[in-house]
Amino acid sequence: MSELTITLLRLGYLVLLWLFVLTAIAVLRRDLYGTRVVQRRLRVRPTAPRRTPTQPPEAAPAPPPVPAPPAGPRRIAVTGGPLRGTTVPLGSAAVLIGRAPSCTLVLDDDYSSQRHARLYQQGGQWYVEDLGSTNGTFVGRERVTEPTPVGPGTQLRVGQSTLELQR
Amino acid sequence: MATVAAHQVRPGRGTELWLLVLALLVGLGAYAIVGLATADALPPELPWHAAVLVGLALGLHVVLRWRAPWADQVLLPATVALNGLGLAEIHRIDLAYAARDRITDFGGRQLGWTALGMVLAAAVLIGLRDHRTLRRYTYTAMVVALALMVLPLVPGLGTQINGARIWIRLFGSSFQPAEVGKIALAVFFAGYLVTNRDTLALAGPKVLGLQLPRVRDLGPILLAWLASLAVLVFERDLGTSLLFFGLFVAMLYLATERLSWVVIGLLLFAGGATVAATSLGHVHARFVAWLHAFDPAVFNASPGGSGQLVRGLFGLASGGLFGTGLGQGRPDLVPFAESDFIVSSIGEELGLTGLLAILVLYLVMTERGLRTAVGVRDGFGKLFAGGMAVVVALQCFVVVGGVTRLIPLTGLTMPFLAYGGSSLLANWVIIALLLRISDSARRPAPAPEEPPGPTPHAGSRTVPANADQATERIDVGPVRGGAA
Repeated sequence: MSELTITLLRLGYLVLLWLFVLTAIAVLRRDLYGTRVVQRRLRVRPTAPRRTPTQPPEAAPAPPPVPAPPAGPRRIAVTGGPLRGTTVPLGSAAVLIGRAPSCTLVLDDDYSSQRHARLYQQGGQWYVEDLGSTNGTFVGRERVTEPTPVGPGTQLRVGQSTLELQR
Repeated sequence: MATVAAHQVRPGRGTELWLLVLALLVGLGAYAIVGLATADALPPELPWHAAVLVGLALGLHVVLRWRAPWADQVLLPATVALNGLGLAEIHRIDLAYAARDRITDFGGRQLGWTALGMVLAAAVLIGLRDHRTLRRYTYTAMVVALALMVLPLVPGLGTQINGARIWIRLFGSSFQPAEVGKIALAVFFAGYLVTNRDTLALAGPKVLGLQLPRVRDLGPILLAWLASLAVLVFERDLGTSLLFFGLFVAMLYLATERLSWVVIGLLLFAGGATVAATSLGHVHARFVAWLHAFDPAVFNASPGGSGQLVRGLFGLASGGLFGTGLGQGRPDLVPFAESDFIVSSIGEELGLTGLLAILVLYLVMTERGLRTAVGVRDGFGKLFAGGMAVVVALQCFVVVGGVTRLIPLTGLTMPFLAYGGSSLLANWVIIALLLRISDSARRPAPAPEEPPGPTPHAGSRTVPANADQATERIDVGPVRGGAA
């Protein structure tokens, strides 16, 4: 066996070893990241009532002049539960949370009610109100019985999901 | 609006088959290259060797398809690759010994143990349908573990080899009961901690930002510490003692998420190690050999010298970056090159490049174990899978750290690579258990068996979250990527 063959075998084996290791890691890559970010396609229907975003996209027609609260929260983020990572921009209109398809934030959550809770704004302050849900809405550890003010960063629990208002 | 969707989990048995083919190529390729480099021809026993290994690996693959179709797809190939590479290197060391007129058949016996280990793994996968069954045997496992630990001390049964009394003689072959004991111990720790973790985690004063446990809750950790010290003193085995205590502290941390347990464990360990290093002769010798390895007096000391360690380091150094090539180094110059110093043998012949690939494989195995622990739904399974992963990681750390002179040398074996029947059997059982748990971790079973509190609504799965209606009334806004 010539020296060259031996050297080629030696280096070739190292390449094979690393090929195996890297293939194994490539298989794991999907599992390491675990999730996939999907942009929800917007379906604009001219007759559908539209609320005003705080930051209108460039292509949007001239937004009605509803002044956005200057320092209030800009979006709701789902920080825990099946929909973790979902964000919904907050305008000035109320946000309905629940499993019903007509809600603003539709939770795919066995433990939430059809129309579970409502977030609304009054005088620059956001309030959460429980809509008679079965399992309740919680601000921190307190069950919501009456409209409760929520600020950015407050943990809001609806069913298995945790929501948070973010600036 | 952006949503984050979980990837559709697939069973992954096809992926596993492809990886298995690569893994077998790694193992058998090494065996063939050893023959080519030492005798200029393919080894005559290669077809038989290949048939055994391929048959067993594919057999396990079929068992997984049959009994655990959702099991992790990387664990088995990684294990098969390591085991195959270990077999090739042990065979290579046999050849090196033969060249010096020392006839050994470590390779053949290791192949037998491999076969037994893989059959045992298949038996575990077939026999154990649900890992939660093991929780019923929490305290039985404790008794079994203790019995296995003291078994080598029984006169007539236990034998003392090279100073350590950790073997028993059965049917003419020696066996290390502690290797099986670590599995039983992990079962006990997992079962015990899953019921008691709340008191261990929550009660107690807070000092300097560290949640300390109550004094009366310190009992179990003190008991584990004393037991591992007893192993150290009576069986004179540093590695096993370290593994038991490390496993307990790691599982305590997994169960409670309290850093204070790690701090307490490290303090206890440091105290124990200091006392042992100053008062116990054999431990003291290990420390001296570690700290003053290159001192000629220490190098030449006959029992407990650093000759083996330093020769291993020389081997690693002569391997360099790319190694001398399989079959072309001199691993036989290191005593116990086939068992304790298999890492330096492989490091010499495959170089740093090859050794790092092997370490990454162990990393992948550990990661899969921890990932299984994250994914599985019951607390016992979480702790048990985490504990098994810790066992593999801890053994690798202790062995590689010892061989590379990072920590004092201990008598643990490198899982799957080193020669040793009991270690191989125990580690195959560990892999089988991890595969079993990962099957239930990855299996998509959304219906919770015990609702953790509130009750789910009936028929709630009718509206998928990304149904079209869902987007109709959503505010228009600049899309923020799924930042949460």
